[in-house]
Amino acid sequence: MSAPLLSVRDLHTRFRLRGGLFRRSASWLYAVNGVSFDLMRGETLGLVGESGCGKSTTARTIVGLCRAASGSARLGDVELTRLSRRRWLPVRRRIQMIFQDPYASLDPRQTVGSILAEPLRIHGLATRREVKLRAMALLDAVGLNPRHIYRYPHEFSGGQRQRIGIARALALEPELIICDEPVSALDVSIQAQILNLLKDLQTRFRLSYILISHDLSVVRHLCDRVAVMYLGKIVETAPRQTLFAEAAHPYTRALLSAVPIPDPTLEAKRRRIVLAGDVPSPAAPPPGCPFHPRCPERARVAGDRCALEAPLLAARAAGGAHACACHLSETTD
Amino acid sequence: MSAAPDPLVRWSIGAADAERLLAEAAKVRGESLWSDAWRRLRRNRVAWWCLLFLAAFTLTSVLAPLLPIPSPVQIELNALLLPPAPPWQEFGGRGFTTEAFWDLGAVDRGMLGLRQWIFGDWQTGHWLGTDAKGRDVLARVIWGSRTSILVALAAALCSLLIGVTYGATSGYLGGRADNLMMRIVDVLYSVPFIFVVIFLITIVNEYRRTLQDYYGINREVVFYVVIGAIYWLTMARVVRGQVLSLKNSEFIEAARVIGASTRRIIFLHLVPNVLSIVIVYLTLTIPAVMLFEAFLSFLGLGIEPPKVSWGLLAVDGVEAVSPLYVQWWLVFFPAAAMGGTLLALNFLGDGLRDALDPRLRGKD
Ligand SMILES: Nc1ncnc2c1ncn2[C@@H]1O[C@H](COP(=O)(O)OP(=O)(O)O)[C@@H](O)[C@H]1O
Ligand code: SF4
Ligand SMILES: [Mg+2]
Repeated sequence: MSAPLLSVRDLHTRFRLRGGLFRRSASWLYAVNGVSFDLMRGETLGLVGESGCGKSTTARTIVGLCRAASGSARLGDVELTRLSRRRWLPVRRRIQMIFQDPYASLDPRQTVGSILAEPLRIHGLATRREVKLRAMALLDAVGLNPRHIYRYPHEFSGGQRQRIGIARALALEPELIICDEPVSALDVSIQAQILNLLKDLQTRFRLSYILISHDLSVVRHLCDRVAVMYLGKIVETAPRQTLFAEAAHPYTRALLSAVPIPDPTLEAKRRRIVLAGDVPSPAAPPPGCPFHPRCPERARVAGDRCALEAPLLAARAAGGAHACACHLSETTD
Repeated sequence: MSAAPDPLVRWSIGAADAERLLAEAAKVRGESLWSDAWRRLRRNRVAWWCLLFLAAFTLTSVLAPLLPIPSPVQIELNALLLPPAPPWQEFGGRGFTTEAFWDLGAVDRGMLGLRQWIFGDWQTGHWLGTDAKGRDVLARVIWGSRTSILVALAAALCSLLIGVTYGATSGYLGGRADNLMMRIVDVLYSVPFIFVVIFLITIVNEYRRTLQDYYGINREVVFYVVIGAIYWLTMARVVRGQVLSLKNSEFIEAARVIGASTRRIIFLHLVPNVLSIVIVYLTLTIPAVMLFEAFLSFLGLGIEPPKVSWGLLAVDGVEAVSPLYVQWWLVFFPAAAMGGTLLALNFLGDGLRDALDPRLRGKD
């Protein structure tokens, strides 16, 4: 097996909460609390979980928008978490990001042409004239009219704006694009178009993706592998087929049970698992298994182990691609 | 690993298409938020007329030396306290000289020369009357407006250059730098500037020969510097607040992800996006500065005779108010000029606020 393109190990990111008057009593919000995964070249990894579980923060830490408290994220042989501003610059050409809100992610005062030109200018990749041509080519690549380089973001629809955001990420021809909920702000009818576009671009530009979503059905279309996050941790990771067929973690099963099935007879037979209670605050994560206050299968674990001992993310079969962080999955196999 | 992909497969636009597409792109140019705001400002009658009025006012004031009006400082002992005479009664006559002027700048001298070349020594009559020394009120109001405009310009420039840069930098950097920068502003804020002005002007008066001859510092320079120093502070605070709310938006993060430098983010992304608030705020600052100038000149701390300013006209006006003679024109015309300008600026500010409001975009 070749080396992974991106390798994240035990990544932690925390935010300082407003403490007391003199900040002595500052407390922390543990948004990313020990995330590890590998991403192979050309692969798409889905990162799913409820809103607030730390998906965006994971992405933002990897691309250097947040400072990691500890842990590592290596892109090839570059350690991303400790790069200085200057060292980051060449790495920007290898890793890019697509943002969630197409209405907020484009500078409203700039033309689409200059939005797309900016990365090229910063990295000195094109002359003044080439920049315009490249901007047109980029628009063309994402399925927009190349004649619209002198238009402004507010003159485009949400889906078109998201395409502009994708074009901007493509401008530097990166190896890896992190898509943070690229379709959740869009109409369902547009979502499929954008996902298909991402898929096309992947083959055309040999991209690897991390696709973040709170919606498993989005992930199902595009991903080779899926990682499920809960409260700043990855609780289960598996190839897509495996995850949808035989999810091992109680949280994943609950998530899957909420995904609608297109077949009405199956849909009628389906049993929904409704989770009790709310997601605990990441400022005070519960001890033991982070899922234990809500876990419907906790009773199947002997004693109070779930509340005392944190389960590790462990491969279910030796060398297997399916890993799960649950005491149950250790004992059953 | 395979070889690099063929660029032609990646980028489907060839050089031949490009020329044609670029030409076509120019035809479907979009409308920027600025031009949209401009269009909506034009639909706002009141604001639009105020803008025209202010433009005309500024033009008149800048081109004052070219106008065939009497000299604002020419004393005519046989024409003391003449009431206004409308143009149809006394259109004008000869008698213009440049003798009584103070040291004008080169540009103004040039304009005066041009005026003499065009009009000779012809000048308008005393349409708005004369003051207690026989000086033409119309000329004094127009020349006085130059001081106001100069002061407004100085303050606006300081607000724009120092205030916006400082506030945007402070807000974007955040953390300790922001803390330090804002404490400096707080300290400057707490200085009672009216005392500083009095203090500085007194010192300058004391040593005016030395300062003037050796350092080229005169009272007016001090005056402008002090006004500039006061008026960037509020702008810095306003801009910082706006930047704080903008700097976490996704388009700023996107700029960071593509590798934009801090300077680029501040000046190419943050400043253009707070500029609309800055402009609206300027229309509030400028009247305040004009009033401040008039106030200081009124107290004798600002512009000095023989130069003219609206504050000095107010002094003349106050002296003219007596129970025996009602020389209303000495009070009314300067007050009308000043009041009109300030009102127009306020209405324009209102109109700009509406026009630049992104929530109202696209509507009229
Ligand atoms: N800049 C921030 N400051 C403080 N807390 C934050 C910040 N960004 C995110 N958080 C918190 O971190 C947690 C994870 O957020 P996020 O990564 O955005 O979740 P997701 O993208 O999965 O919805 C949330 O509880 C959120 O409130
Ligand atoms: S470790 Fe216990 S609480 Fe956690 S998911 Fe497994 S069964 Fe539930
Ligand atoms: Mg998110």
